[in-house]
Amino acid sequence: MNAVVLDHITKTYEAGKVLAVDDVSLEVAAGELFGLIGPDGAGKTSIFRILTTLLLPDKGAASVNGRDCVKDYKAIRRSVGYMPGRFSLYQDLTVAENLHFFATLFGTTIEANYDLIRDIYEQIKPFSDRRAGKLSGGMKQKLALCCALVHKPEVLFLDEPTTGVDAVSRKEFWEMLRTLKQQGITIVVSTPYMDEAVLCERIALIQGGKIMSVDTPANVIATFPVKLYAVKAANIYRLLTSLREDTAIDSCYAFGEYVHVTFRDDAEPDLQQWQQKLTAQGHEQVEAKKISPSIEDSFIRLMNEKQNGQP
Amino acid sequence: MKQLLVFIRKEFFHVFRDRRTLLIMFGLPVVQIVLFGFALTSEVKNITLTVIDQARDVNSTQIINKIKSSSYFIVDESAINYDAVSTAFKKGTAKCALIFPAGFGNDLQHAGQAQVQILTDGSDPNMAKTVVNYLTSILTAYQQEISPGAQLPYRIIPEQRMLYNEEGNGSLNFIPGVMALVLMLVCTALTSVAVVREKELGTMEILLVSPFKPLLVLLAKAVPYLVLSLANFTLILVLAVFVLHVEVKGSILLLFLVSTLFIIACLSIGLMISNTTNSQQTALLLSMMGMMIPTLIFTGFMFPLENMPWIFQMISYVVPARWYFLIIKAVMLKGLGFSYIWKETAVLLGMTVVALSVALKNFKIRLS
Repeated sequence: MNAVVLDHITKTYEAGKVLAVDDVSLEVAAGELFGLIGPDGAGKTSIFRILTTLLLPDKGAASVNGRDCVKDYKAIRRSVGYMPGRFSLYQDLTVAENLHFFATLFGTTIEANYDLIRDIYEQIKPFSDRRAGKLSGGMKQKLALCCALVHKPEVLFLDEPTTGVDAVSRKEFWEMLRTLKQQGITIVVSTPYMDEAVLCERIALIQGGKIMSVDTPANVIATFPVKLYAVKAANIYRLLTSLREDTAIDSCYAFGEYVHVTFRDDAEPDLQQWQQKLTAQGHEQVEAKKISPSIEDSFIRLMNEKQNGQP
Repeated sequence: MKQLLVFIRKEFFHVFRDRRTLLIMFGLPVVQIVLFGFALTSEVKNITLTVIDQARDVNSTQIINKIKSSSYFIVDESAINYDAVSTAFKKGTAKCALIFPAGFGNDLQHAGQAQVQILTDGSDPNMAKTVVNYLTSILTAYQQEISPGAQLPYRIIPEQRMLYNEEGNGSLNFIPGVMALVLMLVCTALTSVAVVREKELGTMEILLVSPFKPLLVLLAKAVPYLVLSLANFTLILVLAVFVLHVEVKGSILLLFLVSTLFIIACLSIGLMISNTTNSQQTALLLSMMGMMIPTLIFTGFMFPLENMPWIFQMISYVVPARWYFLIIKAVMLKGLGFSYIWKETAVLLGMTVVALSVALKNFKIRLS
């Protein structure tokens, strides 16, 4: 059975002027760790709020564990865990008070579901008397996750849980999610970080309120239709400018210290020759290589295709 | 039920851990009582009275001594002539002057009639009138003293009494006003902010995605402020009785009951405001500006409502503090029972029901 179903959901703000979610259909299987990947303003939070019954969609239907998000909102509110994008616990209450409050709110106790949160809570337990507002970013997220989990939800909605969290805490956080998944909880998580996409079982790439692709991370990468090259030079900006003038090149964009390039003709180009050509154009320390695409490359390609009106 | 109790406990934590809220809550009444009681008083006391005695006879000296012995005036006899008085008025160093012409006693004893001149600074009409009244009554008293056998066949001696406030204690009028003002501000501002803060911090999102009934959120928010407001009311009452020596003539129980009703009315208005705003600033501004100004103007403790054009009197009818002010004055100062205030109480009750139902009806179970 599908835990989460979105069926042609459309959501607009300000009386239809701002289109936030554009005809989105999605299915998340029970027990799946599903990622919604997209930049800020892509419509991720709107989708989360529709699923958690906080917003009404303009068009379409959505359901969580077979319950309709509009009609059965009370049942959904009882059975899901939700962690909003912004840290949303009481800053002036201590760690223990926050957890106790949310446990009681859901009609349960910390002890009843302690097994579920033990691994996470043990890490912040030394600070249980500290006010939540005084915790570090990573610890705040752990506390928020504990509070969202304390009533043993069927589905867990995490809206950008790793935004503003350091690299180590992010890694720990994803490990926690994998442990939770093993306990049979369906997890829907959103993130603007493309590198986190590979940690999900399936992902949906979303941009401008539209889903561009839904698949496993491996498949998303595998279906990258052309060969991808990375090239760098001493002056990356000048390199980018001259690559854009080259008619043989289909797309090029800065990617870290490299420029990622795809050619119109998918036949393997002579890298040696290409390097010499670029050096002749006055570029120094030119280095070109063939690379395998990442999720981000797929995302950029899909985005460009959408903008250019290609299929 | 247990959820509600835990929620209410959490609200108390918020209040007690936020020093600013506590300061506003309990500092405001103390500051207002002190201000109104000691600084912003309209009573005239210790006024400097410039006296020029050109007569210097028995009668003028006796009158001056009488004036000196009253608590209202400090007599200044340093001015020697009319010009000096005139200059002092222009500079603002003198507010009132009493001038005895030469031969005052002579005229009084032989012609049976003498004149004095009283000068007051009319740019402060209230003070000027009060000073004239005080001086006139001192002169009248002296007149009767020196001519004990009434020469006039018919005399009307007005026997004056200020009912409910024999000593003319100015505190009596503003204490009910301060009660209305403080309770109004504290209840509406703090409750509206308390709900809006949850929206602003994003915790409302989590509260909504929980089995907790949204309406109970409002109840849980209102209960701590009801308790604290009653504590506040007690504080004002204690200050009034022990610091400003205001006597509570009516039933204390009745006072607490009607105050509870008024507090609930204000809490409902606060909740109503919180439903329509999304930022603490707007909520604070709305409850401060939207509530404080009308309460100050239309309650009747600063400006008499009877003098206002009918349109403003109409507006005053929808200000809850106006009705509460009437009730408190009746119960606390006049010692009247419920049978005298049932109409005002009914109006207040009606307002509470309306505000509360609007607040409950408009409470959003979703975002925006």
